[in-house]
Amino acid sequence: MRAVATTTLIKGARSTRSTIALKLLMAASGIVFILFVLVHMYGNLKAFSGELAFNEYAEHLRTFGEPMLPYGGLLWIIRVVLLASLVAHVGSAIALAKRAHAQRPVKYSVKKNKASSLSSRTMRWGGVALFLFVVWHLLQFTIVKINVGAGGQAPEVTENPYRLLISAFQPEQWWMVIIYLLAMLALAFHLHHGTFSAIQTLGFTNTAESRARARVAGWVVAIVVAGGFSLVPLFTVFGVIS
Amino acid sequence: MKLTLKIWRQANASEKGALKTYELDGVSQDMSFLEMLDLLNEQLLQNDEEPVAFDSDCREGICGMCSLMINGEAHGPEVTTTCQLHMRSFKDGDTITIEPWRAASFPIVKDLIVDRSAFDRIIQNGGYISANTGSAPEANSVPAPRDKAMRAFNTATCIGCGACVAACPNGSASLFLGAKITHLGELPQGQPERYSRVQTMLAQHDAEGFGGCTNIGECASACPKEIPLDVISQLNKDLRKSLILG
Amino acid sequence: MAAGTHYLPGLTPTNEAPVQKSDDAAGYYVLGDKLVDPKAPTGPIAERWTNRKFENRLVNPANRRKLSIIIVGTGLAGGAAAATLGEAGYNVKSFCYQDSPRRAHSIAAQGGINAAKNYKGDGDSAYRLFYDTVKGGDYRARESNVYRLAEESVNIIDQCVAQGVPFAREYGGLLDNRSFGGVQVSRTFYARGQTGQQLLIGAYQAMERQVAAGTVEQFTRHEMLELIVADGKARGIIARDMVTGEIETHLADVVVLATGGYGNVFYLSTNAMGSNVTATWRAHRKGAYMANPCYTQIHPTCIPVTGAHQSKLTLMSESLRNDGRIWVPKNAEDCAKDPREIPEEDRDYFLERIYPSFGNLVPRDIASRAAKYMCDEGRGVGPEVEETQPDGTVKKFRRGVYLDLGAAIERLGKDAIEEKYDNLLDMYERITGENPYEVPMRIYPAVHYVMGGLWVDYELSTNIPGLYCTGEANFSDHGANRLGASALMQGLADGYFVLPNTIREYLADGPFEPISEDHPAVVEAKQSVQERIDKFMSINGTRSVESIHKELGLIMWEYCGMERTEEGLKKAIGLIRELKKEFWTNVKVLGSADSLNQDLEKAGRVADFIELGELMCIDALNRRESCGGHFRAESQTEDGEALRHDDEFAYVAAWEFGGEDGAPILHKEDLIYTAIEMKQRSYK
Ligand SMILES: Cc1cc2nc3c(=O)[nH]c(=O)nc-3n(C[C@H](O)[C@H](O)[C@H](O)COP(=O)(O)OP(=O)(O)OC[C@H]3O[C@@H](n4cnc5c(N)ncnc54)[C@H](O)[C@@H]3O)c2cc1C
Ligand code: HEM
Ligand code: SF4
Ligand code: FES
Repeated sequence: MRAVATTTLIKGARSTRSTIALKLLMAASGIVFILFVLVHMYGNLKAFSGELAFNEYAEHLRTFGEPMLPYGGLLWIIRVVLLASLVAHVGSAIALAKRAHAQRPVKYSVKKNKASSLSSRTMRWGGVALFLFVVWHLLQFTIVKINVGAGGQAPEVTENPYRLLISAFQPEQWWMVIIYLLAMLALAFHLHHGTFSAIQTLGFTNTAESRARARVAGWVVAIVVAGGFSLVPLFTVFGVIS
Repeated sequence: MKLTLKIWRQANASEKGALKTYELDGVSQDMSFLEMLDLLNEQLLQNDEEPVAFDSDCREGICGMCSLMINGEAHGPEVTTTCQLHMRSFKDGDTITIEPWRAASFPIVKDLIVDRSAFDRIIQNGGYISANTGSAPEANSVPAPRDKAMRAFNTATCIGCGACVAACPNGSASLFLGAKITHLGELPQGQPERYSRVQTMLAQHDAEGFGGCTNIGECASACPKEIPLDVISQLNKDLRKSLILG
Repeated sequence: MAAGTHYLPGLTPTNEAPVQKSDDAAGYYVLGDKLVDPKAPTGPIAERWTNRKFENRLVNPANRRKLSIIIVGTGLAGGAAAATLGEAGYNVKSFCYQDSPRRAHSIAAQGGINAAKNYKGDGDSAYRLFYDTVKGGDYRARESNVYRLAEESVNIIDQCVAQGVPFAREYGGLLDNRSFGGVQVSRTFYARGQTGQQLLIGAYQAMERQVAAGTVEQFTRHEMLELIVADGKARGIIARDMVTGEIETHLADVVVLATGGYGNVFYLSTNAMGSNVTATWRAHRKGAYMANPCYTQIHPTCIPVTGAHQSKLTLMSESLRNDGRIWVPKNAEDCAKDPREIPEEDRDYFLERIYPSFGNLVPRDIASRAAKYMCDEGRGVGPEVEETQPDGTVKKFRRGVYLDLGAAIERLGKDAIEEKYDNLLDMYERITGENPYEVPMRIYPAVHYVMGGLWVDYELSTNIPGLYCTGEANFSDHGANRLGASALMQGLADGYFVLPNTIREYLADGPFEPISEDHPAVVEAKQSVQERIDKFMSINGTRSVESIHKELGLIMWEYCGMERTEEGLKKAIGLIRELKKEFWTNVKVLGSADSLNQDLEKAGRVADFIELGELMCIDALNRRESCGGHFRAESQTEDGEALRHDDEFAYVAAWEFGGEDGAPILHKEDLIYTAIEMKQRSYK
């Protein structure tokens, strides 16, 4: 007799480890990222107000909450939350990607994409690109403070956040601008689908209208964040900010 | 019309399969896609080659038995089932690639036929309202708001064909699952088991190996019954609530 | 008092037992003993079922697990029964040939389900539903069965709503009804155009719940190929696992066949590709009587055939006749023209002309026949299709009449029509490539339902003890013609409420002596199945199973379709016998028997259809009267209407298998009414 029910039935659910729970984790951590990049982007725009304002803002981040928090305390809290989110986000992404690959061991020889956006289909590779970028970005501005421009690793540059920023995007380092713009494109893609996806994953799109609104939110977040971030490198390379 | 057909042939679940090319002449615009395959099979039989195995039963778009990935699209280029697709949608000289649904949870039985019993097992895990025969109260004693009843109906039209899984790059069955969750969850009779149902059905969905949803929407565009993507949101929402309710 | 009414003490029959004078089928059959339903109930009609439910013994819940039931079929009849008997705690095995129980052909029913709820307060009642059903069936159904059906109808709706079947509702949230098929009251419950689907999914889900609970074991892609009758009782089935090809023996204490209708004997019908007679025909060959096999319902509003490639026909809901006007051109020369260019005065609204009081809403059989006559006359429309006559000659016909929504669109507006028929009209456009909002639709009759089936008594038991039959597969409730929306009602009544209450009377004798796989009857059954399969695989002729099935279909449609004559039926019997020889000497099945093999599956089905076809023709030949779906040209009024002969034919024709080459044996069960009086139908 052929075994009709090869897979046994589940008794007692393990929903906290289900695919949807993983997705909820992705959505929650993704939203942490969105909030972070929004704030971060807003901070970057201080560069337009000049060296003093920008460095003051950077310093303010570190003294915020004193004396309740030690110097740099908030920054550390943010870092821990971001790191935890990253682990959750990437971990879930890997788990879900594995499931997806296991589910289609033989590929279609012809497969059309009818409804999905390019952004939705590039979440995984786009995510990896973002990850690599973030690693470089942190090395460049936070951990090692690599000055790619004139003046080398002179402390006047590396210890001055504003100068480090300006130095990174001088016309001689045009390729650095390109890298950042490409990264922002990747971010825009990721946020375009990610924002919508998070709203849907959290279960807020139960009608056609709310779904359309979530799509709009995806566009808005993508354009505002990626556009906002791009302003500083662009204006620097063209000498508006110096 | 004359067509070139590239069809997946596979003797059984364990043997390897491959695409095989056939030339077919004398196809009429009025034929359904499956009648076109019937014609091919008659020709194969006369040439002593075993006919292509494919599923169909009602041939009117309602039983969900038919399948087929046609030129990379589940159920072909129109929003309908393969059995309702007609050769009018193709033209003379076309090359058509025909493959089975591809998903590890839908193992291939033979040629274009797959085993979709995973769907039955998802239903077994809570895809019902527990109402023993004879225990029902008078039907009109519990009114159901018309708009909710309509949404329940619209999502209950799922035919369990599996096109959503076939079209999804993750091989997720979330549309199928969401449709049932929404159907039963919108009705007053479905409330008592609402939050346990979503947990048990999802657990079975995952145990079967179906992928996680990434909300990309290929499923809804392949669905012959136009089940909308919002049923997945409903599914997510009900799960979230069930986790909070414990 | 008429013969056979001894079981109705104190009641006055309204008719005499029939005495047949004609004998058209002489030489084709043997007359057997009269048949009396041994379990017919007594007493006033409204109390019969209630009393029976009380009289039938109960089975101790502790014993139920020790009792096993095989149910073949997962449609409304089989699925509902499996769920209910599983809930009761019996050990149920359920079989279907599809890959999931949810795909049984009940899923395709569109229109709705009747129930005497009287929610509209328009004077409906169990008695009125009973009355309409018996009358609609041309007084060829048993009154006790029909009354029970009408009584149970209300419970069905309650049960389905509790399961979550999303019936149409009014704004206040209460259930909506519509009137259907020309009936005067609104008693049809519906879920848009997908009522069958929704009801079946309800039953399926209830059954899957029992699968999870362990009371029902489900066998999909399994085809029943033989019945096991041991020591006079049905004790199991032989089924083929359609994936591995394994021939399996399944034993049980009782077997239920709920395998649906056999309309595919006509090749083209609105049935599913896999719909078959094999299960019931195998039971028939093992001794179960087949009742009224010739009663076929031909539905007037189907999409016409487009060519020889056609594999099945699609129904367009009957409700279209409420708004559409049916016509053909007055002049044959206009038939090839664009209908929009044919002026009003050149159109023949033939139903309105012939039946002024009912017009386009005449019953299905009348509308169907009228359309056929128009096309036979050469006034049909649509593409010319070559029809190979069974004698080999080829003739050209246009097989279609117009169903014109034009007037309705003008009157109600396109939006209203769209809202009403939406997916139906889309489906029409997809199949025909024509836009029904602009060009009149074309329709033609098609085989849709069979009223005939295995003979069962009041308890739904066949004459083989331990073998029950429910749903479309039995002959029980619709007489010679079925009312719209009543098959779903019967399937669910049988499955949820009737069978579970009657089968317990049989099971109360249990637990039964277990039967061994070595029992000679089991061995014989399994061997015969194997031999038959080996035979199919070894003939290795030149013709596909499909082509032989098509040929059978043409014979049946031509001679045993909408209009039947003595001469035609005799000719058909001869042709079918030749075709049977052709099949057994020249069929070609490739591949192997020990894997999935669709041609092999079909071969078994078609072999049985051929035998059934012959019996249908003999039954039709014997019944020299026109009743319901059965129209004998020899029995009509002066103006061409069906003429019944109650004095001769008010009986159920129950046929016993007469052996491989023997003639079938006819047992007549007289129909005696006490709660209703017979009347001739008139729709003029
Ligand atoms: C297109 C269409 C529209 C209709 N519309 C209506 C309507 O609006 N209202 C109405 O009342 N009626 C309607 N009818 C009629 C009604 O749908 C059927 O009569 C009824 O659903 C039959 O139910 P059933 O359970 O007897 O059989 P089915 O639903 O046909 O089920 C048969 C079952 O038996 C199984 N089976 C068959 N043979 C074998 C075998 N050899 N081995 C194993 N399993 C087997 C099948 O797998 C299936 O599970 C319609 C019918 C059609 C075709
Ligand atoms: C570090 C590397 C990253 C990887 C590998 C990664 C990968 C992914 C993947 C695979 C998804 C799921 C796609 C989907 O659900 O459709 C996703 C979702 C998402 N990502 Fe990322 N991502 C990364 C970084 C980021 C960053 C930096 C942000 C914020 C700016 C972000 C925000 C989001 C959001 C909001 C979602 C939606 C969550 C959901 O689907 O519910 N991700 N990410
Ligand atoms: S949701 Fe749509 S595509 Fe998926 S199984 Fe149901 S009907 Fe098929
Ligand atoms: S065969 Fe039934 S939906 Fe296509």
